[in-house]
Amino acid sequence: MFLSESFTLSTPSECEIQVTRDFDAPRGLVFDAFTKPELVRRWLLGPPGWTMPVCEIDLRVGGAYRYVWRLESDGSQMAVGGVFRDIVLRERLVATERFDDAWYPGEALVTTAFVETNGITKTTIVVRYESREARDTARRSGMEYGMAAGYDRLEELLPKLTGEHI
Amino acid sequence: MANPTRRALLARLASGKLAVSELAEPFALSQPAISRHLKVLERAGLISSGSDAQKRPRTLDARPLAEATEWLETYREYWEASFARLDGLLNELKTKKTKRKRTAARKR
Repeated sequence: MFLSESFTLSTPSECEIQVTRDFDAPRGLVFDAFTKPELVRRWLLGPPGWTMPVCEIDLRVGGAYRYVWRLESDGSQMAVGGVFRDIVLRERLVATERFDDAWYPGEALVTTAFVETNGITKTTIVVRYESREARDTARRSGMEYGMAAGYDRLEELLPKLTGEHI
Repeated sequence: MANPTRRALLARLASGKLAVSELAEPFALSQPAISRHLKVLERAGLISSGSDAQKRPRTLDARPLAEATEWLETYREYWEASFARLDGLLNELKTKKTKRKRTAARKR
């Protein structure tokens, strides 16, 4: 099974960015991996060379979350945080999102949905910005900040993961 | 952009202005289906329609396309790498869960 092929990236409206991906696990596990700090910090690491020293999640409506990434080579930091607006356990998360160095006006609203079919969990992430300008600014700045892990990292990782599967 | 037909349409347009009928030629899709894909690309600001009402030849708008492609690729790489790590983590969690179940079953 090549789950990486299930990855899609689209712009469903002029203010939104959508990412979908299938995971070979029940939705309870996928939900945990998105909401338990000790699990989130193992995969949401950012680009190569970055670490995630802060990962706090207060999983309740009105509760806050905060992620801080750090580039170890020069000490620069990148941080994002927000508040949960809606939580349906193992099914749906709605949270605001705002980076500390505000590259774009206002905040974004991130909706993450988990749908399980035959043990495979389709995860859909929709990031909704306040305007098209905000979305475009966010994506341009994201690029300047080097939010790219790059294929070299992926290639480095894949044989390891395949190894684990055996 | 994630749609293979739309990517192929953009590739065809890269070689010049084309009418819908010409664009539809190599695809196993009807002209209305192709038109729907073109509409999506137009809304995204990647192509523009000519003024010839009958043929409405499409032109590729290179600058936003280059920007969009570059951004989408960057974003894609970032998420793909993160999700590949998540695959590994989920696999590990599943194994742990199975082991726990087996241990529990043995205790009973």
